Amino acid sequence: MIKNPIIIDGNHAAALIAHQTNEVIAIYPITPSSPMGELSDEWSSNGKKNLWGAVPEVIEMQSEGGAAGTVHGALQAGALTTTFTSSQGLLLMIPNMYKIAGELTPTVFHVAARSLAAQALSIFGDHSDVMAIRPTGFGMLSSNSVQEALDMALISQAATLESRIPIVHFFDGFRTSHEVSKIESITDETVRAMINDDLVQQHRDNGMSPDHPVIRGTSQNPDVYFQARETVNPYYRKMPEIVQSCMDRFAELSGRQYRLFEYVGAPDAEEIIILMGSGCEAAHETVDHLLAKGEKIGIIKVRLYRPFASETFLQTIPESVRRIAVLDRTKEPGADGEPLYKDIMTTLADRAMRDGNPMPLVTAGRYGLSSKEFTPAMIKGIFDELKKEQPKHHFTVGIRDDVTFTNLEWDASFVTDANKNVTRCLFYGLGSDGTVSANKNSIKIIGEETDLYTQGYFVYDSKKAGAVTVSHLRFGPDPIRSTYLIGDNEAEFVACHQPFFLERYDMLDNAAQNGVFLLNTQHGPDAIWERLPHKVQQRIIEKNLRLYVIDAYSVAEESGMGRRINTVMQTCFFAISGILPKDEAIDKIKLAVKKTYGRKGRRIVERNFKAIDSALANLHEVATPSETGSSAAPADSIPQRASEFVKSVTLELIAERGNQLPVSLLPDNGTWPLGTAALEKRNLALQIPVLDENLCIHCGKCPFVCPHAAIRSKAFPADAASDAPESFKHVKIKGREFPQDTHIVYQVAPEDCTGCGLCVEICPAKDKSQANRKALNMEPYTPQLREQERINWDYFLKLPEFDRNQVKWRTMKGSMLAQPLFEFSGACVGCGETPYIKLATQLFGDRMMIANATGCSSIYGGNLPTTPYTTNEDGRGPTWNNSLFEDNAEFGLGFRLAVDQHCEHAKILLQQLSHELDQELVQQVLDADQSDEVGIYEQRQRVATLVDALKKLDSPPAHELLSLTDYLVKKSVWIIGGDGWAYDIGFGGLDHAMASGRDINILVLDTEVYSNTGGQASKATPLGAVAKFAASGKSAIKKDLAMIAMAYENVYVAHVAFGAKDMQTLRTFMEAEAYPGPSLIIAYSPCIAHGIDLKNNLKQQDLAIKSGHWQLFRFDPRRADEGKNPLQLDSKEPSIAFNEFADTEVRFSMLRRTHPEQADEFMRKSGEQARTRFDHYKQLADIDYKNDAVLTQLPEKE
Amino acid sequence: MDLSTQYLGLTLKNPLVPSASPLSRHIDSAKRLEDAGASALVMYSLFEEEIRVEDELFDTFLYNQDIGHAEADSYRPFPEQHGSIIDNYLAQLNLLKQSLDIPVIASLNGVSAGGWVDHALEIQQTGADALELNVYYVAADIDESGEEVEQRYIDTLKAVKCCLEIPVVVKISPYFSSVANMVRRLESAGADGVSLFNRFYQPGIDLESLDVTPQLQLSHSGESLLAMRWIAMLHNKVDLTLAATGGIHNADDAMRLLLAGADVTHLCATLLKNSPEYLATILLQMQQWMEEREYESVEQLKGSVSQQHAADPAAYERANYIEVLRSI
Repeated sequence: MIKNPIIIDGNHAAALIAHQTNEVIAIYPITPSSPMGELSDEWSSNGKKNLWGAVPEVIEMQSEGGAAGTVHGALQAGALTTTFTSSQGLLLMIPNMYKIAGELTPTVFHVAARSLAAQALSIFGDHSDVMAIRPTGFGMLSSNSVQEALDMALISQAATLESRIPIVHFFDGFRTSHEVSKIESITDETVRAMINDDLVQQHRDNGMSPDHPVIRGTSQNPDVYFQARETVNPYYRKMPEIVQSCMDRFAELSGRQYRLFEYVGAPDAEEIIILMGSGCEAAHETVDHLLAKGEKIGIIKVRLYRPFASETFLQTIPESVRRIAVLDRTKEPGADGEPLYKDIMTTLADRAMRDGNPMPLVTAGRYGLSSKEFTPAMIKGIFDELKKEQPKHHFTVGIRDDVTFTNLEWDASFVTDANKNVTRCLFYGLGSDGTVSANKNSIKIIGEETDLYTQGYFVYDSKKAGAVTVSHLRFGPDPIRSTYLIGDNEAEFVACHQPFFLERYDMLDNAAQNGVFLLNTQHGPDAIWERLPHKVQQRIIEKNLRLYVIDAYSVAEESGMGRRINTVMQTCFFAISGILPKDEAIDKIKLAVKKTYGRKGRRIVERNFKAIDSALANLHEVATPSETGSSAAPADSIPQRASEFVKSVTLELIAERGNQLPVSLLPDNGTWPLGTAALEKRNLALQIPVLDENLCIHCGKCPFVCPHAAIRSKAFPADAASDAPESFKHVKIKGREFPQDTHIVYQVAPEDCTGCGLCVEICPAKDKSQANRKALNMEPYTPQLREQERINWDYFLKLPEFDRNQVKWRTMKGSMLAQPLFEFSGACVGCGETPYIKLATQLFGDRMMIANATGCSSIYGGNLPTTPYTTNEDGRGPTWNNSLFEDNAEFGLGFRLAVDQHCEHAKILLQQLSHELDQELVQQVLDADQSDEVGIYEQRQRVATLVDALKKLDSPPAHELLSLTDYLVKKSVWIIGGDGWAYDIGFGGLDHAMASGRDINILVLDTEVYSNTGGQASKATPLGAVAKFAASGKSAIKKDLAMIAMAYENVYVAHVAFGAKDMQTLRTFMEAEAYPGPSLIIAYSPCIAHGIDLKNNLKQQDLAIKSGHWQLFRFDPRRADEGKNPLQLDSKEPSIAFNEFADTEVRFSMLRRTHPEQADEFMRKSGEQARTRFDHYKQLADIDYKNDAVLTQLPEKE
Repeated sequence: MDLSTQYLGLTLKNPLVPSASPLSRHIDSAKRLEDAGASALVMYSLFEEEIRVEDELFDTFLYNQDIGHAEADSYRPFPEQHGSIIDNYLAQLNLLKQSLDIPVIASLNGVSAGGWVDHALEIQQTGADALELNVYYVAADIDESGEEVEQRYIDTLKAVKCCLEIPVVVKISPYFSSVANMVRRLESAGADGVSLFNRFYQPGIDLESLDVTPQLQLSHSGESLLAMRWIAMLHNKVDLTLAATGGIHNADDAMRLLLAGADVTHLCATLLKNSPEYLATILLQMQQWMEEREYESVEQLKGSVSQQHAADPAAYERANYIEVLRSI
């Protein structure tokens, strides 16, 4: 039984100790370590004190590089200091880590280990990042579980103080950082006893102070640098012993004994595996199982990886061992083995060299990259391989490598006995239906109310709108070491919280024999069977599952919970699973609800109670027949236009079979085809817009505001639609700028619409006799409507695109006839960012090169399985890449340099070859005006002619020019990212790119917060807004990035807000792109992090402008050349009070409830600030450039 | 001269009581009212509807932030402790009680039975001298009969009365088939007083957007005649205390209502339009009026022109339509 149990995840565990044992904490958000910083910030803002009675100072920096610098500084000034990071963040800290270690400074960096971005970014767990810091001089201590994350955090803190060697304490991202587990807490007395205050004092004494000044960080020369570098050796030699002594001391205090290298297995084992991290737990479980079967095997868990204690390692390894597999959770391409393997090899070879005894056979393997599953079956596969005469060397496990044939085979059906007393439960839910939080709550209830050990792990898809979550829960009497997902035939309880998942996922493959299947469905117990897919019926019968149904949506609705079904489903889980006695469980759920909402949410408590009681009353067991019904399996509808690649790869990913894809099918350089989002029909909407073509005024606003490009317009000759379906609503277009017989249609893509309603919100055409009816109205998404509009949408796609040369680009109606080349992204319902990107692709998509900073826009823009960027009928479209978070402006500038270089080179070659070509054509190509669509079209025509001519020339310059002709047509370089990038981590590069004067277009999607990582404050966060890392309201005003950019005078700068003034947005994009130098568009983007319902997206933008929170303007340097003021203010002075805007957003209004006095003060200052900023811009815009008014206003000298 | 009046069992030094308004949101304006001579203060109303909206806000944006994204399970920090509209209301009530010497009457607008009782108890515990049930109910349901609407009032009142010790006054609108009977029923249900009449703010239509928008229209002086008539007719026919509210803008308005039988006269719009100190002016003018006519006390004149005591009692009952037309 666990003493003093707590139910937390690995991040929480490490943060508890970090916060308790430090004075300064410098942080920066990065997945999956962000929660450590968030918790620390919250604790400090709530006044939680450290061991010495002080509240640790928590500061968010502009990047991990900045955080590391601050850590270094605080350490040098004598404060106990820590930080948390992962992946690229850790890489950015490396330069400082050398310094910190070089100066023998005690500190612990807590790292949730994560993959590095290589062929692609991945947020998931492996050791790529921590392996990159091996040479820095930091110690490296690995935790394998949530319990260890807590314990090692303390051991490392104690050890760093004693050894003076800084430590990276790491644990596996997600698998450990996000696994919710019941663990034993550490008492304050233990923490107290582990931390030696004399050493803390010593650290302080080593700190810099003008009262006892020293100089550090000198520059050394060949005479002494080398010797000085060797001075630290004794510290490193001593460190393993110190760490072990800390572990021993900890064992005395807590009863939990750890070792630098921990052997688990038979004392006379012949084959062993050596590994590090969460995989050790699964391996431990497997070894326990196999030992019971009499096998002579074992594992060594490596805890202290640096300094590498060779002697201790050799003492740990049983003499009997003949064969060893060393596993690395990382990859070093080109190396002849990964780091842990090499260290082990070196140690063993060294011993063999010294004592002359034969070496055991050692093989190297890679596993688990990017949280790839690592299961007992795979571990057994490795042991089996070791037993072979010639075991595979440099192998992989967990994938199928049909290119270099590295992978081991394993028997997927192998399972251990470890789970025989464990209840395993799987829950399929939507991100927005609260399934995950309900499950976390259930774990808490079971963990607190029983002696059972608990484990919760949550798997998410990569979408934001309509995300699917799968919760894996285990409950059992013994510690749970199963650091892998619940697999086939294993789940005693499977719950499907969304009926439509039944067709999408084979969830009953996971169900165990005689298990329970709980289904949320509108169909009652008598009607459900016939409606179940054939395969589901089969599984239920085969596995003898007990089937329960509940109409959770009705219960929730009737209880006043709207569409929030989490309480209902949780109640059903407890009622059926029997983990707790039913009545007791219900009482506990109610208690938990009460605890959550308290007296402040009395009504919410009441309706939850109602939902709980009603759930019990409406839960029915279904008598299942012994034979399947007649319903047949639905045929897979493979899109006809899909390429072979898409069929064999993308569609497999969509079908959740990506784990089975072999290496050969995957691109070797991270290159993927465009246009795949259109293949994934997600049918998320509950309501979709329906057009009344008789009311429609053809204004073009609906396609403009649609975040998912799911409503579009097309104009075409009437006779092109002669075979249109009857329900296809095309009418004669309004306006004389179109040919007589032109028709227009506004068509929704029903299966791609997310139902946000923004198109209806913006629609200005109201029914004259019914004010609540517009030309667009949301209507229930019925199967009939879906089918009708699906047919219409398919027909719409087949109609010809409107000739871009005829488009009146300066009108909304006209420009919205252009095809969006960004469609159906995974962005949030009602996203405030995507309309800007979509607009850019409509205007310039066929010539766009996009450099995209990491963040929301790179996730909805480039996260597999499907991506939204697409091509037009000519096969042209935006080409997209994401380099990093911090370097995006530089990355995009690189695009420009390459394009310009190619273009210039092509022009030179063209001139060289002009005597062999049509001189007039050459001149036209060289002098082409490509400032508008017609100019670009004509240039493409000329270049096509040129290519034909060049093909006839057989000379090296002609061949060379042929490879460059594309660059004679204008390319539009776009650098896109969020405010976290532009204002903070990427600002240095952004600044430099702007200063370059090159023709780049920078689009900053300003949500005023780090949206993707969960709403941490950036320098774009406004004064008084609550954000993570600014829990008591941001105390500094929002940085004025536009003003900084304007200071360059040659940068086109604009503020836009598409929902407030659409024409200004349209005009800005066209001007910015046409401007032949750097352009910066800062786009106001409402976000869920603002604490608003995004159906009010447009309204919030309007309020932001009216209150002066946001200003609209354009600064066009070309105007100065014409004697005009380059700055034009496009919004009026604030017309409503700041609080009229701020009160509608929880990010502001919450502060009134947490820090009322501060909130009032912030609100007052924000109002003043809005006014001041507006006045400032107005004054600038009012300067008369024609008359040199500025100069004449200067006072004359006396 | 004795200006004191009995109201809800409290002895007030004069009949001028500022009614629920933003002036009670700030201690300084509340102090100014007291300094100007206000004999008691009705706090701004605690609207259960607002609390409901706030609950929704917390539920959606605080407790359920997760959208199912691997990189974030929330988007705003979760405060360990936070206040709420109820907290703020009770805190303000507490502050008013501590800062003022005059009685403070809390005002509650509820929509559900549970909401009324729970909040009323908290208000009593915080120290309110009395509670005004501000029944701001628009009977919009076409299937709900007048009787049902009335019963809703009675049920609410009973629910509150049975758990409170402090006096309860019910503020009602004039939209009853029989106002007088309604008041009597309230009395039977335990009301210690009624406040006549509530004003519903009427929404307007924005001619640009065609949206229905809320409009804030302050009362004007003539409006108090409605309350005057009914108070005159109720005086001495019911045993509960009578407060007049709505459209009392000056001393003349206030005097008329006292003469008709009001125990207190509530002031709101006039104080917002002029200043809290305007209460002193009204009080002075009332005193002058009484001095000129040699009244000794407010008690003496209260109800002296009620229907019971008026020279022409039928004038209160007459529809008056013809008289008015003739006078044009």
